[in-house]
Amino acid sequence: MAGVDEKNVALLDEPPVLAPGQTFDSVTDTITDIVLKRPIGLGWLAGLAVGMGLLAILGMAVTYLFLRGVGIWGIEVPVAWGFAIINFVWWIGIGHAGTLISAILLLFKQTWRNSINRFAEAMTLFAVACAGMFPLLHMGRPWLGYWMFPYPNSMGVWPQFRSPLVWDVFAVSTYATISAVFWFVGLVPDFATMREQATNRWARMVYGMLSLGWRGSARHWTRYEALYILLAGISTPLVLSVHTVVSFDFAIAIVPGWHTTIFPPYFVAGAIYSGFAMVLVLAIPIRKYYGLEGMITMRHLQNSAKIMLATGLIVGYGYFFETFIALYSGSTYERFMIHNRWFGPYAWAYWSLILLNILIPQILWWPKIRSSTTWLFGISLVVLVGMWLERFVIIVTSLHRDYLPSSWGHYVPTRWDWATYMGTIGLFTAAIFIFIRIAPAISIFEIRMLLPQAEVKE
Amino acid sequence: MSHVSAAPTLYGLMAEFETPTELVHAAKAAYAEGYRDMDAYSPFPIEEASEAIGFHKSAVPLIVLLGGIMGGLSGFGLQYWINVIAYPLNIGGKPYDSWPAFIVPTFEMTILFAGLSGMFGMFALNGLPQPYHPVFHVDKFSAVTRDKFFLCVEATDPKFDPVGTQQFMERLKPLSISEVPH
Repeated sequence: MAGVDEKNVALLDEPPVLAPGQTFDSVTDTITDIVLKRPIGLGWLAGLAVGMGLLAILGMAVTYLFLRGVGIWGIEVPVAWGFAIINFVWWIGIGHAGTLISAILLLFKQTWRNSINRFAEAMTLFAVACAGMFPLLHMGRPWLGYWMFPYPNSMGVWPQFRSPLVWDVFAVSTYATISAVFWFVGLVPDFATMREQATNRWARMVYGMLSLGWRGSARHWTRYEALYILLAGISTPLVLSVHTVVSFDFAIAIVPGWHTTIFPPYFVAGAIYSGFAMVLVLAIPIRKYYGLEGMITMRHLQNSAKIMLATGLIVGYGYFFETFIALYSGSTYERFMIHNRWFGPYAWAYWSLILLNILIPQILWWPKIRSSTTWLFGISLVVLVGMWLERFVIIVTSLHRDYLPSSWGHYVPTRWDWATYMGTIGLFTAAIFIFIRIAPAISIFEIRMLLPQAEVKE
Repeated sequence: MSHVSAAPTLYGLMAEFETPTELVHAAKAAYAEGYRDMDAYSPFPIEEASEAIGFHKSAVPLIVLLGGIMGGLSGFGLQYWINVIAYPLNIGGKPYDSWPAFIVPTFEMTILFAGLSGMFGMFALNGLPQPYHPVFHVDKFSAVTRDKFFLCVEATDPKFDPVGTQQFMERLKPLSISEVPH
């Protein structure tokens, strides 16, 4: 990863979406060779080993949790949500950038998205998988998780649909399903390419089955494109609804610091903020390691940085208005909530949050910073930590001191909390590393459409 | 005579092209010549190609719409039936039929059904999964997932004639012409 690259700064106005001089052949080979030809490298093995190691820790933490129950975590009344819900919100937020890239940018005809939508969608799926584990583990009796769904049962009971927690079940499971549909539909034509490119008999068979016998017929493409744009159309309100519903988990409650109407937009902006940070954290090493700089160009990184800057400002606006309304409302409890955030036992978390999430990312205003992969990578990590702290502040500082001083408490996560959290990072890392080696990480057919040769001339 | 004996087992004739523009021109010419049973094959979607072979409208949007309506109605109906009829619970004195609270799952079910019926509908209309298809007999055809463009006129077309169609295709100046056996 180079420092500030003079050449990139010179091209700052409009770095190309694709490096010039590519052909249908060259993009096909560049992308499929990563999976089919490239030998397994030490770097990849090391990355997978780290992911697998952390995943083993997750296995341990979950096994012990099943044996002993949620008492091994730091949660207790009044802070009964703790890490489980912090991590749930954090992971699901990270997933949102994938859908934003694949759906919203498609609707706005932002063709630069074609280079990054595939792995961003994979990121969404794996992040949602990590997120979904937490409410389940938090249940205490996870083997009864299916009780959340309405199904006829011998107990004669049904879910209670006036609760946002039930809405969440519907929102998150729909989101996971539709993200998987979008991802798979996008992969089918590329699996056909893999089928024809693979030389190994087993690989041909597996890709052949996954491609469903795709043969590139014009009639098929027409229906395919109709579906693809419709999926983008329905995913757009879906992705906005998911984090809105997640914010309802808080906003519908009457706890000071939660009960506010600004939550839905500010949660959605925060989700996209952290999601783009994760896109950069993944894209910068991947393009370097696999030599994909011709397809994931500085244009993609700069655009992602600009989106981060914009959503980061919306988040900052959210923090500002939270404070302003607390003071303006004249409510003792709201004022105390802000006072407690600023000067209470968790003040370190609040001020770190302001530093990491609001102040440091402002250096993205400088074009030179946006053209440096090192800086972008560093700032993205800062934002990921910052957004995690945001959820920590929202959940812990609001719950630990609410209306009645007699019910105040203090929350300290245990090593099992940390082990579970780190474990899901391992799950995510391992899944991403495996994905890169078994499926085309960049959408091949959509990259072909970006080439000048793809244009039909009169 | 060899052409005549081959005809019953022939799926069609396939011409290979280098660029999408040539494919679209060839497809337009074939349509103008009166051929209707034909298909264009390409490594990425080309709207002009499907227009040229006379395929304009797909039923996918209608399926998505119907799926969405079905999902929305069943989502709302499910909640109404559960919270009003099957298992009424008094929660904070709110009405049993708290319809604003039912909107969120209704919306999610709409999206879920629309998306799933769209995917299954698209694959069903396309006849996928279909591991076997005659066009795969042509060795050169594997480049359709890479960098080549194909036009296949099928033997079922009333105007199809192994000799005449071949001569017509030669006028399109393709890279190659192949017989597609069944």
